[in-house]
Amino acid sequence: MLDIKKLKVEAAGAEILRGIDLHVDTGEVHAIMGPNGSGKSTLARVLAGHPEYEVTGGEVSYEGRDLLAMDPDERAREGVFMAFQYPVEIAGVNNAYFLKAALNAKRKHQGQPELDAMEFMQIIKEKAGLLDIDQGMLSRAVNEGFSGGEKKRNEIFQMALLEPKLAILDETDSGLDIDALKTVSSGVNAMRSPQRAIIVVTHYQRLLDYIVPDYVHVLTGGRIVKSGGKELALELEKRGYGWIEPALV
Amino acid sequence: MTTQIAENVHPWMAAARPQGGPRWVQDLRERGATRFSALGFPTVRDEEWRFTNVAPIASGEFKPADGAAPLVESQLAGLLYADARYRLVVVNGQYRPELSRVHGLPAGVRAGSLAGTINGELQADSEIVQRYLGQLADVGTRAFDALNTARLQDGAFIHVPDGVILPDPLQVMFVSTADGGAASVSHPRLLIVVGDMAQARVVETYVGTGGRYFANAVSEVFVGENAVLDHYKVQEDSTEAFHIGSMHIHASRSATVSSHSFTLGGKLVRNDVIAILDGEGAECTLNGLYLADGERLVDNHTTIDHAKAHCPSHELYKGILGGRARAVFNGKIIVRPDAQKTNAKQTNRALLLSDSASINTKPQLEIFADDVKCTHGAAIGQLDEDALFYLRARGLTFEEARDLLIHAFAGEILDRVQIDALKSAVEGELYAQLAKDLAEADAG
Repeated sequence: MLDIKKLKVEAAGAEILRGIDLHVDTGEVHAIMGPNGSGKSTLARVLAGHPEYEVTGGEVSYEGRDLLAMDPDERAREGVFMAFQYPVEIAGVNNAYFLKAALNAKRKHQGQPELDAMEFMQIIKEKAGLLDIDQGMLSRAVNEGFSGGEKKRNEIFQMALLEPKLAILDETDSGLDIDALKTVSSGVNAMRSPQRAIIVVTHYQRLLDYIVPDYVHVLTGGRIVKSGGKELALELEKRGYGWIEPALV
Repeated sequence: MTTQIAENVHPWMAAARPQGGPRWVQDLRERGATRFSALGFPTVRDEEWRFTNVAPIASGEFKPADGAAPLVESQLAGLLYADARYRLVVVNGQYRPELSRVHGLPAGVRAGSLAGTINGELQADSEIVQRYLGQLADVGTRAFDALNTARLQDGAFIHVPDGVILPDPLQVMFVSTADGGAASVSHPRLLIVVGDMAQARVVETYVGTGGRYFANAVSEVFVGENAVLDHYKVQEDSTEAFHIGSMHIHASRSATVSSHSFTLGGKLVRNDVIAILDGEGAECTLNGLYLADGERLVDNHTTIDHAKAHCPSHELYKGILGGRARAVFNGKIIVRPDAQKTNAKQTNRALLLSDSASINTKPQLEIFADDVKCTHGAAIGQLDEDALFYLRARGLTFEEARDLLIHAFAGEILDRVQIDALKSAVEGELYAQLAKDLAEADAG
């Protein structure tokens, strides 16, 4: 489904990704781990189409199409979803209105009829319980005044509504207490499916106790330096990144 | 002797002044004329007019607009928000009873021609008008107030007596017309007196039937003790028009007054709002939203004068600028020595949709009391890139995301409009103009 080859990326003239190769198939959950500044969030944001980055080499194919040639909104409508590390607060835009606009953008793209307010509320009701989304979070402006945990729950709630084919979680666990982490993780686990691929970018192994990956990759210095199964995460937990880094950077 | 006088008379005062009316009105005009001759038109050397050059008005040729200009109901129906239950229509400064709707006003409420009351056709109204007219307009220092007063002849008058609640909005529609190629000038005047414990909702609209004209408006608004006034000024003059308007508000003890200003039209627009909180516990809210596009200039000057203690004031002005438009926001807050426990908050935001648009903004706090709370903030910027990306990352196109953010920006002010029909009229007009601007920007 996703094929990244020799991907090189710069931001503000500095090279951040120095040749990433990664292959993800449907049904798989991949974890990308790495120390601060390794480039793991950059990878997530480049896949979502953030305008701040310049791709200087390599290619990314998504379902056989050139992902990098697609606008961010086209990627989203084609089923790519990134849960933001820092969800953006948007004053004056009601959260429920925003969710409906996002859902209808996708439905329109797929040739499905747009949902009216009643149908939309029905879907909201079905999915809200899973992520502990209350009426207050729906009626406020997007992410405005949300706590850290509320923001991350709102991200995964969007994922549940939009049902992406490829979900990329950018440090969704950062700043969460254990209860919020469990809520978010169970939301993600409910979305695991043979038709969907998930990439979990995280700094901490703890998240992987709850969202158990099929593959773990270590990204450092802009390259994937080690890949393995879920046991690799446990080894990183025990030994830190130091044992990999010096030899390869 | 004759020559001497002529030298002191401003060219704009040389033409025949309106005649008639009682002695006190003639005196008012005389004082306006004298002061205007002394002051002349302001220039950019004047601190209050630093960024707004009125030379196109000062050097322009304007002939007095025709107050009796033929105008029929069907022409008004196409203009912005013409459907209020009660409506006073003033064409080129002159009240037009045949176009107005005042039938069914609650007992005691007076709404109609200023000239009629000045000329003493109704004794009771005449006494009220004499007591209030000209008391707030500042002919001493404000040239355009002086000019308007020198030309004082007619306009609209509203009186809501003590204790009377006016349940439906009352609209005052100021229409300007320009006939043929010649530019015209009119001096719309409005006096609103809301008595103690009374309540009213008044909408002033300034519209034009097209062409080049200059509307120089003055409104004086008195809000009595414990009275409530919800006021709107919607300005959508013709694209070639000059609009200079000053509104003076006097709020008595425990009065609650809110005024919302929407600027959607005109080539050069200057709105002055001067509110005096002259009794303990008086509360004032000023909201503003303006769209400046093309080569337009929109200047908003506000003054909130806290003269007494325990008065809160809230002010939020927002502007959307495109093309090569310019805007000015100057928000003055005065806190007098007696005005302890003042709580004043001022916020000013502008959204720049083009690199060639610009705004000059200045808060001005003059605080002479020590136990007060005054805050002010200004934010000028383009659309938030992070917000745009966030929305696009959820599938909204660039255009959808942009429109959503612009509408959210404007919505904060529009949502404060308490009259649904007015809100949708202003919203519709604003978004139609914006859509046109953005389409042009995208194309060009």
